[in-house]
Amino acid sequence: MPDQFYFALEVALNGLLTGIMYALVALGFVLIYKSSEIFNYAQGVMALFAALTLVGLQSGQVPFAELINAIFGTHLSHFGWRLPPLVAIVLTAVVMVLFAILVERLILRHLVGQEPIILFMATIGLAYFLEGFGDLMWGSEIKKLDIGLPQGLSETVESLTDRWFGYGLFIDRLDIAAAAVAGILVTVLTLFSQYTKQGRALRAVADDHQAALSVGISLRFIWVLVWSIAGFIALVAGVMWGAKSGVQFSLSLIALKALPVLMLGGFTSIPGAIVGGLIIGVGEKLFEFWVGPLIGGATENWFAYVLALVFLVFRPQGLFGEKIIERV
Amino acid sequence: MKLTRIAAAAAAALVMAGPALAELVFPSLSYRTGPYAANGIPFADGYADYFTLLNERDGGINGVKTRVVECETGYNTQKGVECYEATKGEGSLVYEPLSTGITYQLIPKASADGIPIHTGGYGRTSAKNGRVFKWVFNYPINYWDGASIAIKYILSQENGDLKGKKIALLYHNSAYGKEPIRTLQKLAEKYGYELMLLPVDHPGQEQKSQWLQIRRAKPDYVLMWGWGIMNPVAIQEAANIRYPMDHFIGIWWSGSENDVKPAGMKADGYKALSFHMPGDDFPLFKDIRKYVVDAGKASGTGEYVGTVLYNRGVYAAMLAAEAARKAMEIHGTKDITPAMMRDGMEALEMTNEKMAALGLPNFGPEFKVTCANHGGNGLGIVQQWDAKAGKWKVITDWIESDKSVIDPLIEEDSMAFAKENGITPRDCKE
Repeated sequence: MPDQFYFALEVALNGLLTGIMYALVALGFVLIYKSSEIFNYAQGVMALFAALTLVGLQSGQVPFAELINAIFGTHLSHFGWRLPPLVAIVLTAVVMVLFAILVERLILRHLVGQEPIILFMATIGLAYFLEGFGDLMWGSEIKKLDIGLPQGLSETVESLTDRWFGYGLFIDRLDIAAAAVAGILVTVLTLFSQYTKQGRALRAVADDHQAALSVGISLRFIWVLVWSIAGFIALVAGVMWGAKSGVQFSLSLIALKALPVLMLGGFTSIPGAIVGGLIIGVGEKLFEFWVGPLIGGATENWFAYVLALVFLVFRPQGLFGEKIIERV
Repeated sequence: MKLTRIAAAAAAALVMAGPALAELVFPSLSYRTGPYAANGIPFADGYADYFTLLNERDGGINGVKTRVVECETGYNTQKGVECYEATKGEGSLVYEPLSTGITYQLIPKASADGIPIHTGGYGRTSAKNGRVFKWVFNYPINYWDGASIAIKYILSQENGDLKGKKIALLYHNSAYGKEPIRTLQKLAEKYGYELMLLPVDHPGQEQKSQWLQIRRAKPDYVLMWGWGIMNPVAIQEAANIRYPMDHFIGIWWSGSENDVKPAGMKADGYKALSFHMPGDDFPLFKDIRKYVVDAGKASGTGEYVGTVLYNRGVYAAMLAAEAARKAMEIHGTKDITPAMMRDGMEALEMTNEKMAALGLPNFGPEFKVTCANHGGNGLGIVQQWDAKAGKWKVITDWIESDKSVIDPLIEEDSMAFAKENGITPRDCKE
């Protein structure tokens, strides 16, 4: 086999793994949309906020230190401790649950029954507020995320493929870890929604709000639950992407990579988010590989949207979305 | 009787005070919020702290207090233009747009308003031609100088022979990132290396395709014209594919602590160009700590003093202050206007003696601005990241760009601009 073939294979494999990273972001959107028909514009900023909180807690940073110092003339910066990664992750998850409760109490509760566009606008406001709040709470400097995730070339894959094909394939160990985490997440989410009372309630709300309310399911509780899970997924996405670039405010832009995944996979399907991510990931990488050099490169951003638009033309509800049938 | 006394006292006070001097206003179009805040904050702090130091230590410039008017752009071109419009009426002497996008928008506006712009190390490269761009200055260096200095440095590493070598340019897919391409192509013709172009879409969080290509093509050197999140991701990806870091060279906007720290020890050996020194081992920084930071008058927390982008802010402010001093000298007045400030900028000369007197010995290159040359001498250094020490180390002397390649390109581009905009180039022999 020629090198060109193995290189294409390497590009495709890396595309699949990158697609899983996109899917991690898309999953949060899907969960919230599925249960409340809200397109959560703040999902990317939630990933940023969760990652900032994780690093802040882990490194013992004093929250709102600059504000406190400015008001009281103190010189606070760190508590002087360093938390183990697992403890920091659990504490951050708790913060994201508190965030979900506040979102329900302060925003969603007051907008029950409003048009989806009103709820969407509310999440735009939430995104900008959360970005500023995160800045005030943890500062805007770039932070190194260090929770012991594997990173860099997988020597095992390289040496095995070199032995088999005479071409050592490059796979990033972080991408393998992300794929494993995504697999665990989807499995846990599926088991949760199928076999737990809360999960069944969540599915009931997703199917029909009114019917779910009529049998005594608390919509408010479900919203808190869903936003908490979306917050945890945002934490996972923030950690995986933050490990590549450090935790910085551009991290919120990862939401841009989730949109074509959602268009393709559908806004209401968890498998759709995963499959959509895989298609977008491999599609954009192979397009860049074959066509990119002919047209000057940098095709990945726009090609992902073109691919999603093509799918939209034939399946407006996305690959796995629910078909909308309205009868007059 | 009482009123008469008060009026007399007021009149006496006025007479004793003498004529009131206006402040010297230096607007700072900063970005302390948004995706690029981590880079915008140290620069803005450095710019503001230098002027605070002049006020606190020296009573201003030649006794006239300075005032920094900060306006938040969020690195957004539209907001940058709004900031310009909002602050130009305050007697602003010179604009430092801190964004190539904002610079392009401000060039016609500021030229019409008669307010000079300074864009050291960014902005429109061909603004170096002062015959065409009367109100724009980009000393001491521009992107084309940067491209040439990078190749000159590589030549020095390869015994002066680049024939058969492969050099990749990883660039932000924007007007900024594309700036060095033409220069690098011209230099490729001259030195016989193969140029490989690898654009990265904004914001640059995902670069797997580009680094797989680099892994396969194995270029001898990779140059980077990146910004923001693109930089740390590129350095991490280079580490992932085990690309030799000492063959990876960034432009000065890809060479701050923010770019290397996220990759930790893996970033060790990464190189970047610069046009000023890193670190805080200069007498001026002791004064900044004493008169500004410790006195609680710093623009920020003082934690960035000595970092690359803070130093760049200090350097830009120092050049502005020295131009204002020159303008006062030329026009014989302390109450200078933007037009006088422009004259000061056009007569600015930075020597080692002058920098040493300011507490910044050998901090930047020596250069002299003239009517025809608004861009300085194009001198840069190469610095290398020492991850263990957590410091940039300067590894070369000042390297001068190849003017035989760059000057014709600047002439061509600036004359095309002049033709498009109906500008008759000034006669600088007068």
